[in-house]
Amino acid sequence: MSDAVISLRDVSKLYRRYAYQRRFSTLKSALLKGSLASDLRPHEVVRAVDAVTLAVPSGACVGLIGRNGSGKSTLLKLVTGITSPTSGSVEVRGRVAALIELGAGFHPEISGRENIFVNGVMLGRGRREIAKQFDEIVEFAELEDFIDAPVKTYSTGMYMRLGFSVAVHVDPDILVVDEVLAVGDEAFGQKCRDKFSEFKRRGRTILLATHGLNMVERFCDEAIWIDAGRVRAQGDPRRVVHAYTTDVARREEEDIAMKDRRALAAVADLAAVPAAPAAGDGAPRGGEGAGPPGDGAPPGASAAAADRTDPGEGTAAEDGTDAGDGTAAEDGTTPGGGASRGDGAAPGDGTSGEASPGDEPPPGRESSPGDGEVPVPQDMFQATEGRWGAGPVRIERVTIERGGNAAHVFQTGDRLAVRLGFHTPEPVRDFVFGIGIFSADGTCCYGTNTDVEGFEPVELSGSGEVVFAIDSLDLVEGTYKLDVAAHTRRGVQYDYHRLLYTFRVKSHTKDAGIYRPRHQWTFSPNARFGPPPEPVGGGS
Amino acid sequence: MWANLARFLRHRGLVQALVVRDLKARYRGSVLGFFWSFANPLLLLLVYTFVFSVVLDGFRPVDIEPYALFLFCGLLPWTWFSSGLTEAGNSLVVNGNLIKKVLFPAEVLPVVAVVANMVHFLLALPILVAALILLAPAAPRLSELVWFPVVVAVQLLLTLGLGLFLAALTVHFRDIKDLLANVLTLWFFATPIIYPMAAVAGRGPEIAGLGPLGKVLMDLNPFAHLAISYQEILFYDGPFGHWKWLLALAAGGAMLFAAGYAFFDRLRDSFAEEV
Repeated sequence: MSDAVISLRDVSKLYRRYAYQRRFSTLKSALLKGSLASDLRPHEVVRAVDAVTLAVPSGACVGLIGRNGSGKSTLLKLVTGITSPTSGSVEVRGRVAALIELGAGFHPEISGRENIFVNGVMLGRGRREIAKQFDEIVEFAELEDFIDAPVKTYSTGMYMRLGFSVAVHVDPDILVVDEVLAVGDEAFGQKCRDKFSEFKRRGRTILLATHGLNMVERFCDEAIWIDAGRVRAQGDPRRVVHAYTTDVARREEEDIAMKDRRALAAVADLAAVPAAPAAGDGAPRGGEGAGPPGDGAPPGASAAAADRTDPGEGTAAEDGTDAGDGTAAEDGTTPGGGASRGDGAAPGDGTSGEASPGDEPPPGRESSPGDGEVPVPQDMFQATEGRWGAGPVRIERVTIERGGNAAHVFQTGDRLAVRLGFHTPEPVRDFVFGIGIFSADGTCCYGTNTDVEGFEPVELSGSGEVVFAIDSLDLVEGTYKLDVAAHTRRGVQYDYHRLLYTFRVKSHTKDAGIYRPRHQWTFSPNARFGPPPEPVGGGS
Repeated sequence: MWANLARFLRHRGLVQALVVRDLKARYRGSVLGFFWSFANPLLLLLVYTFVFSVVLDGFRPVDIEPYALFLFCGLLPWTWFSSGLTEAGNSLVVNGNLIKKVLFPAEVLPVVAVVANMVHFLLALPILVAALILLAPAAPRLSELVWFPVVVAVQLLLTLGLGLFLAALTVHFRDIKDLLANVLTLWFFATPIIYPMAAVAGRGPEIAGLGPLGKVLMDLNPFAHLAISYQEILFYDGPFGHWKWLLALAAGGAMLFAAGYAFFDRLRDSFAEEV
């Protein structure tokens, strides 16, 4: 604590909003209403930084992470002195260079050379000092050929390089960086990182606000997670980043669940019209407590499975009113798994899911290209989300699950199961269940159905479930949507759900494409790399 | 306050660098470049001379000869004053990214605007000297000329004080800019620049104990004292008789500057949020 070069004690920053949202208020209106004095007083306050206390020791590299608008930038501005705290104290020892906006203060009309001097003076240096380093600054910015051209003729990259170069050559004791690495090309980003490493080696202090979590993990000695103006977690970068990404995933879950609910609600209204006769006993919505589990459980489903469907439906996010329940349950079960409801059901889920398709297939009909119909006819690739079909088979619930719990965010390599709950008021002898996975741009990543995989339909009656399980979700990072369908073998739709269900795949590896085949690299001894990277992806 | 003022003096280098940048940037890309610093006042002078010697010949005060020289003595300082105030008022808003993104002493910006315009004024002085040599019946006396820098200093103080007020207020009220343009036009015609003080001093009803309204208004107008001082030093014969008013104005200017700085300092924390 004693050698802290940056210390904030109980610092709060209130941003004031003035009466009548007067961002562009006018003197005239203030005078007319006689509200000049009151307009100059804050009307409403926003707490951008809320009672933050932290100390950065000399020579440390500290990463600030947090969502947009969480108060990172305000914190940096407080440290650099651009704004002063509303309450609390900020103490900073040493020369600070702020890389908050690169090239702020460049004048477009004058040359790069002149701007270097003016900018250097702005950053608190003498002309002679700058002259001494001038060549170095220009070389770092790679602008030897353009240094005498007016800055307005520079490309964005050149502009940024020059701004960065001037700022880091101030040779600060403390470098405050706000997300500048996001600009510029890859080479420039690398150069910035190298420069930071150099600073670090020389024992300078760096305070870095960034969304580049990899950078924080690799580069920083400590990470601070800011959320809604408060320090949410602080300490070992890997731990803090993990806590942060967990929270982000949770928010994403909620977000996707909410969107899916909304999409489903929209089409449920549409589907109510053609489905009117079929909807009498098991309407797509509102059948929660009423019918499905109670009336005639399908032969394959055990009592345990029937039990489980009840709460499972709550988290299936089918009904708007369940929002609170679903998310709360999610909260409780995700980290510890100690919540009562998921526990018993989880193992049962997996087995029953695998068992029910497992005992039906007649082996040996692996490929039947001719007779099977892919669940999505060609023209449907153009269709946007929606739901159609003539019944009588209805797909009443669709949940995307991981380990028996509804989930929307997965890691590459995770196990994913799609659970379809169907109901048919009359027995049907011709039925096919199909599923399609689409990427955000509409590319079909995978499509299959029970027919092409050789399952011979015998009879479908009452209510039941179909589970489509993927052992290892080998998709690259992205958002994917699901089509699910029940139809006849000739393609007459009973019930078709188009792009109504969303899941997101996350990955530590920024690989490209759609599909990540399981793979490994081997090298001969003379192709040498550093120590192998941490295993990436979830279960792979 | 005093600590801030001391800090302010430490920004000399920055003010200098920015003034030079402003001057360089202003005419960069123009064909005549710095020549415009001379050409602008010269053209302005030609316009006014044409209007009052040809178009409005009869309206011109008869006892002022040569009229062009008289006009020039007031017009040049006024140009500095009015464009200095206009630019100072806008300086914080225009350079918003400096205030929001860089640790930057905000007071430097209005100061740079005023000082840069002073430099333009000084650059135009050779034209005034040439006009004096060509047109003046008698060269101004040295004992009068020593007052010239004093007048310039007083004007600088006054303009800086007003500029700081305007800059801080413009951040909160953007329409100061439009208001100011009109106030300045009115102010120009309310100041003895295109007419001599004597032409208005005797006009209007008598104000108890203070003389005619015209004279009272002129006495209350700070720039009138500056204009009269410039005219007495450069144009009129005879000793510089307005020095008492000038020194009073200097005291007033110092107070205005201190008040403007304090006001600016008071609002300083709001700039980064409001710009």
